[in-house]
Amino acid sequence: MTLLPFAWMLLGSFKTQGEILHSPNGWLPHSPTLGNYRMWFGQLQIGAYFVNSVIVAVLTVLGNLAFCSMVGYALAKMDFPGKRLLFLMVMATLMVPGVVTFVPLFVLVTKLGLVNTYPALILPFLTSPLGVFLMRQFMQEIPDSLLEAAYIDGAGTVRVFRSIVLPLCKPPLATLAILTFLGSWNNFLWPLVAAQSQDKYTLPVALSLYSTGQNATDYGLLLAGAVLVITPIVALFVCLQRFFTQSIASTGIK
Amino acid sequence: MVTATRLATGPVRARRHKQTLTAWMFALPFVLIFGVFMLLPLLSSLAMSFTDFRSSDVQTPLAVGFVGLDQYRALFGDPLFLRSMVNTGYFVLVGIPLTMVVALTLAVALNSGITRFRTAFRVGFYTPVVTSIVAVAVVWRFILQPDGLLNDLLKAMGVDGPDWLNSTSWSMPALILVAVWRNMGTLMVIFLAGLQAVPVEAQEAAMTDGANAWQRFFRITLPILRPTLLLGAVLLSVAYLQLFEESFVMTKGGPLNSTLSVTYFTYNQFGFGKYGYASAASYILFVGIVLVSLVQFRALRSRV
Repeated sequence: MTLLPFAWMLLGSFKTQGEILHSPNGWLPHSPTLGNYRMWFGQLQIGAYFVNSVIVAVLTVLGNLAFCSMVGYALAKMDFPGKRLLFLMVMATLMVPGVVTFVPLFVLVTKLGLVNTYPALILPFLTSPLGVFLMRQFMQEIPDSLLEAAYIDGAGTVRVFRSIVLPLCKPPLATLAILTFLGSWNNFLWPLVAAQSQDKYTLPVALSLYSTGQNATDYGLLLAGAVLVITPIVALFVCLQRFFTQSIASTGIK
Repeated sequence: MVTATRLATGPVRARRHKQTLTAWMFALPFVLIFGVFMLLPLLSSLAMSFTDFRSSDVQTPLAVGFVGLDQYRALFGDPLFLRSMVNTGYFVLVGIPLTMVVALTLAVALNSGITRFRTAFRVGFYTPVVTSIVAVAVVWRFILQPDGLLNDLLKAMGVDGPDWLNSTSWSMPALILVAVWRNMGTLMVIFLAGLQAVPVEAQEAAMTDGANAWQRFFRITLPILRPTLLLGAVLLSVAYLQLFEESFVMTKGGPLNSTLSVTYFTYNQFGFGKYGYASAASYILFVGIVLVSLVQFRALRSRV
């Protein structure tokens, strides 16, 4: 039942405009055509949007993994002035809706001359309070004795972090990677505002502009576009589904 | 690490100083990015909401006029904003209970057997969660057409379906339907994890005492599940209160503003260049989210 819309999407994407407008509408395409897909790959250059989405998502994930685990480690295992305040601020911003920051963020990005650049799409999402929280919670469970032993053996903090802490943190890192990737791939409001010309559109922005623009009634084309937008993420999900569900559940159980 | 420092010989103060430095080095990238792209915008948004900041003021942000609470006052007198609050409230008040009931029913069904098809179920209920709402909306717009899939289904049951997305009274229910379909997977997984924590002994004891399945569900399972339900409700309300993408892609906020949400209103004001006004609207939403979460914590905690 829940997958019916996807089946409809897939089947519809092979139909011609004439067949889709024809009523009553059967499930299977009478004369399947790749025309809609050809249009996306050819004239509409979906490849470029795909590359944009990948660049933004991958860099956002890498940034989150690195920066959230670093600050998470400091918060979990080090003692320093300002620690409580830092953690408090992280927690306080967990519930801030994106729309609260996006107006000043746009002003800031404009001032920095970054409108319509990759940094504008990536920088605001390069760290996340949820990521910090996840990493800190997990790292607190690492026994101090393990780290002390390494320090006594003469390892420095960076060394301990890289060769002891990070390898132990694979589960939260995987969770963080999945959540960040999903969030970035499907992110909409900010890219819609920050990407102002076609060469920086991400997949959802491109699809939404086509679906509300002059192609708004070309359903076969839009369905094919929708298929292309979700295929990478669905493929990833089917391969890693166990991790995916665990990730989402873990943000819940905290 | 803390103890390691204390155990070590040598001047403790120097050590501590070094640790502080190391800790801040570890925190630095996060602090910089978080400070510039989160904290700064968050505070400027608040500051902006007390000014008449417009898009033309971007080059001279300090020259804007301070207007105090005028923007907020104007918002509460703006019929369109009030409409967007009512719409968002409708979406939340109907959408959350509906999503929770559906998700809980599915979780209970899945928990009591059907382990063999678990993978299939996971893919089935989870695909909507991971896919882009923009892509999903394209299909739903099509399904919800007057002669679309949903109305074909309704016709088969003898019901004449409405023109969902072009009707002021049915556009919001249509968006809620899509939201339930999309979000029940997340909640189901969370509830399933909660259900697995319900002790089998309690169920068995109740069964020997002659409690039927309904009694056991309402007297044992549900109370134990309360924290999980709370969490689900909070997660959903934070998400549902920010309704935007569904209406942006499916109805453009229409027809006749019947699906204009608070976030959508803010986005529009931003588009008109009224930055101060948009910021004030977004802060009202923020306060709303915090309040709703607090109320939910209270309500579900106190009824022990």
